[in-house]
Formats: sequence, structure tokens, C-alpha cells
Amino acid sequence: MEARTPLWEVFIRSRNGLSHRHVGSVHAADTTLALQAARDVYTRRGEGLSIWVVPSAAITASDPADKAMLFEPAATKIYRHPTFYEVPDAVGHM
Amino acid sequence: MSDRFSAMLLRRADDALVLGHRLSEWTGHAPSLEEELALANLALDLIGQARALYALAAARGTGDDEDALAFLRSDREYTNLLLLELPNGDFAVTIARLFLYAAFADPFWRGLCASRDRDLAAIAAKAEKESAYHLRHSAEWLIRLGDGTAESHRRAQAALDHLWPYTGEMFEPEDDILVAADICPEPAGLRDAWNTMVDSVLEQATLTRPAEGWMQSGGRAGRHTEHLGHMLAVMQSVARSFPGAKW
Repeated sequence: MEARTPLWEVFIRSRNGLSHRHVGSVHAADTTLALQAARDVYTRRGEGLSIWVVPSAAITASDPADKAMLFEPAATKIYRHPTFYEVPDAVGHM
Repeated sequence: MSDRFSAMLLRRADDALVLGHRLSEWTGHAPSLEEELALANLALDLIGQARALYALAAARGTGDDEDALAFLRSDREYTNLLLLELPNGDFAVTIARLFLYAAFADPFWRGLCASRDRDLAAIAAKAEKESAYHLRHSAEWLIRLGDGTAESHRRAQAALDHLWPYTGEMFEPEDDILVAADICPEPAGLRDAWNTMVDSVLEQATLTRPAEGWMQSGGRAGRHTEHLGHMLAVMQSVARSFPGAKW
């Protein structure tokens, strides 16, 4: 069963959202049935206006063991957050 | 005229309710979680279509409300197609039945979108979008079953052969006065579109179109297979045991 119906990741663009968001996954034999399965499983309450399905095997993920190496160095560089600049009143909303 | 109009609405509503109930029987038994939800979605579309048509029939003259029409009529009072009351069989029979019906229902609803009756046209405008998906979903599955493994091909062909004698009933004449008044399309006029759709999908599915032969008939006159009575006994048991119950 698993070999004939691989896993697909489902991304939905909602009515008010800007970009497609990951919502879950489905098993299906091919792209056509994967799209239909995604429609039937994830858009039953009017969630979406557009669906993407991507073979789960096509996604390359970062290794959880690399978390410290990849992400912790950013934690000490608070100057990357634009919170140190005083914006003159005349500029208004940025 | 209103009796004829209501009778036509009941034929179409009974079709939708009976097939909707059959599809709902898959709940908890479907081959995969994805298809479980898909079949339940299809069932809900059809039951929704039935409700809209029953409510319109009730408003225009039958006097009953939609619940009475659905739950308090006997099998002899139901006028659905025999094709739709047959048991689900295996997944191939369920899909083939849905496809053969949707290939008719979709153009029929499209024809009803142009009905001179505006309430009916409004129901059709909603239902046509649903039936278009029913057709696509069942066609894609039938292609994969027919062009899949040796067993899925064998089962799909057996399903087609089993159901084929029930397809002629779809094209039986609709009430000629309603057709002449542009209230509903003449089913026979949809046969070419149905043939084209069916032949195209069967070819992709590597399935053989069964030979034309004797066709079953009787559903529109209330003469049903043995299966409808059993189905209605289950479907109507709560409404008949607890008349007027609310929750």
C-alpha cells in the first residue's frame, strides 16, 4: 500500500492569506489523486483557494542534530532586529 | 402543472438521496482515510441536493415537508433510478456507478441551470459545481482501477458489466409538458454527451464498453429492486420509530 500510494505534503493558500501554508499530508498514487485527496481532506470548510501537493520525498530537511550549529549563533546577534533605531516622528509609519 | 413539477423534483431528489445514502454507507469502511472523506463529501453533496429539491417540492404543492418526503414514503413511492439503489458492492462497483451516473447528472444539472423556474435554476447552479467534481473524481479513479493491476482491471470490468443494464433508465423521457415549457431538459438529448464522456474514460481505463442489450426499467414508476426496501428500512428507522423527534 505504502509503495503504491506515497506521501504528499499539502500546502493551501487561504482566502485571506498571501502565501501557501503547509497544512498536512495525504497518501495518493499520483499527482492528480493527491490533489483530489488534499481537496477532500483539507478544504472541507472553505479553507482554500489554491492547493499545492509536493512529494514528501522531494523535501530536503535540516537535521535536528544540527540545531545548535545552525540556529544558536543567531540568538546573540540582537542588533539584527531593527529595534535600536529611533525613527523621527516626521517619518510616521514605516 | 404543480403536480407534474413536484413529481419531477421528487424523481431528481430521490436519485440524489438514494445515491447519497449508499455513499454514506462507506463511512468507516473506505479503503483509505483520504477516500473515506472523499466519499463522505460526495454523500453530503448529494444529500444537500436532495434536501433543496424536497424543500422546493414541498413549497410548491406536495404539502409534506422535506423530512416527510425523505423518511415517510415507502419504496413504491420512491421514483429513483434502479442504478442508484443497488448495493455498493466493492470499491470498483461504487466508483463505476458514481461515474456512470455523474456523466449523466452533470450535463442534466447544467441543463437545469437554464430552467425557466428560477428556484430550480438556482439549485442547479449550486449542484452543477458539485456534480462536476463527482464526475472528475470517479473518472480519475475508474481510469486507475481499469489501467491498474490485473485484479483492479478485472473488478472494474465486472462492475461495468454488472451496472450496464441499469444505465438505460437515465435516458427515459422526462415529463413532456415540463420539457416543452423549458423547465427541465429532455434526458434523451444528453445521450450523445454521455456516450462521448463514457467512451473517452473507458478508453483511458483500458476497459471494454459492454454490448448494448436489454435495459432494466421501473424505478421511475416505483417498481424497485429488492434492495431499496432494505435500504429505506435502515434509513427511515429512526424517523419512523420516533415521529417528530428533535435534537
